[in-house]
Amino acid sequence: MENIIEVKHLTYRYQEDDPRPALNDVSFNVHAGEWLAIVGHNGSGKSTLAKSLDGLLPFTTGEVTVGGIHLTPETVWQVREKIGMIFQNPDNQFVGATVEDDVAFGLENRQMPRTEMLPRVKDAIARVGMSEFAQREPSSLSGGQKQRVALAGIVAIAPDVLILDEATSMLDPQGRREMLALVRELRQTQDLTVISITHDIDEAAIADRVLVIDDGQLIDEATPATIFAQGERLVELGLDLPFTEKLKAALRQRGIEPPANYQSAAEMEEWLWQSLSNT
Amino acid sequence: MAISFEHVSYTYQAGTPMATSAVSDVSFTVPDHGYLAIIGHTGSGKSTLIQQLNALLKPTAGEITVDDFTVTPKTTNAALKLLRRHVGMVFQFPENQLFEETVRQDIAFGPKNFGMGETDANKLADAMLQTVGLDSSYAERSPFELSGGQMRRVAIAGVLAMRPKVLVLDEPTAGLDPQGRQEMMTLFERLHREQGLAIVLVTHQMDDVVQYAEQVAVMREGKLVKFGTPTEVFSSESWLRENQLDMPQAAQVAQRLANRGLTWDALPLTADQLADQLAARWPREGGAHV
Repeated sequence: MENIIEVKHLTYRYQEDDPRPALNDVSFNVHAGEWLAIVGHNGSGKSTLAKSLDGLLPFTTGEVTVGGIHLTPETVWQVREKIGMIFQNPDNQFVGATVEDDVAFGLENRQMPRTEMLPRVKDAIARVGMSEFAQREPSSLSGGQKQRVALAGIVAIAPDVLILDEATSMLDPQGRREMLALVRELRQTQDLTVISITHDIDEAAIADRVLVIDDGQLIDEATPATIFAQGERLVELGLDLPFTEKLKAALRQRGIEPPANYQSAAEMEEWLWQSLSNT
Repeated sequence: MAISFEHVSYTYQAGTPMATSAVSDVSFTVPDHGYLAIIGHTGSGKSTLIQQLNALLKPTAGEITVDDFTVTPKTTNAALKLLRRHVGMVFQFPENQLFEETVRQDIAFGPKNFGMGETDANKLADAMLQTVGLDSSYAERSPFELSGGQMRRVAIAGVLAMRPKVLVLDEPTAGLDPQGRQEMMTLFERLHREQGLAIVLVTHQMDDVVQYAEQVAVMREGKLVKFGTPTEVFSSESWLRENQLDMPQAAQVAQRLANRGLTWDALPLTADQLADQLAARWPREGGAHV
């Protein structure tokens, strides 16, 4: 598979004399079109990693290539054309007085002619389901709506890669579900590669592949099912236990031995049903 | 009783053409040392409701009683000073309110403001730091060097330093990682159990509601649409769906098994309750134990 991002031996220190680097010799590839989740507890270095990918933090040593472009101070603007980022707090990323202005901001920066820009902004807002709010002030929107507007801003620019840096962690459960459904849909229609940095087990479960970062190092890389089968250790990795694993632990305490491999809720239900029917 | 609402309403910009009703005709009672969870969709009136608990908002109609304090639309602000010590409020992202140079000064700020001497206030601050699970090495540090979870603990220590009897928490775990969330909820549970603090928790986490709360209030469009124990509130899947509320995860699994024909004594709400009921009917190998 073609790699859209290649990271080689990336090391980053916040202070030059810091004995423990925030990122320590991290190497991995992101395949074009995949959904990659990066997990790790708070302070593990995962946000630092995300910011290194589009040059927001100039890494100390190592190499990053995005869409065939080698990231250097000279190419950073070209690289940023290819990456859209959404951060945790929707209030920290608004610049426009209205939803429409805000979505247009990225295009204005790229000096797109107005005749081309207007339909593009309108289309981007429609794609995230916010058309009726186009003239509203961003501050009057709910958290979930604000993140949708941030997504529209990215859709308008049509980057190759979308990075979600804990972008759903401040939303209520419904807002979170809607946001993830929207990203899934956009990924299909816009040909996006998605990198989501998250603590949310449901968000990690959507991914094709999960990278685990701990103490600045890449310590694991596997499918969500393989990662989730680690049971209690997931908490140390900064993820919550899937409910099926919590239930398995509770059953083991009561002398019932469930299957060791990871089960989705539906698989668990089926196993419980079969076991109880075998009387 | 610790907390009682009697026909409480709150209207923003009352008496103007812009008047909007946020809470209307809400009545409920929470016993001494109770643990109440308030759930409901964004915009259902939860935040307005809890801001009335320490009279940041006075009701526009009705009467609120918190222990020995009574608040009506006519209560004067001068009468509220003691109530505000009595009810500690932890708002969303309380770490945004830290401002002092050191952690100790930040925690001691409230008590000093209420007339406590420097030495006593500092001693109290150190004790509160320990209560929230941070050792004394943090006392001299700047709150702004700490991690998000640690900053939140310091902010909560500042509220606890006022020695409140009621602790009001507005989504206290939002934005924390799962381990941080767990530690935070355990801290509140400990304060509730060991020090008898009454807790009022606003949350979207249904699993926290069923694990910790003794009573649940469900708000919708400014009205209290259900009030009772977790078992009472989470008994009907269809009602919860109508009100756009999630079921606890254990109840979701139990409900799906019920749909296939399994019957429960009472719908299990937590992993432990579910495992208990499953174990009770689990087929024993060879039937030896039946």
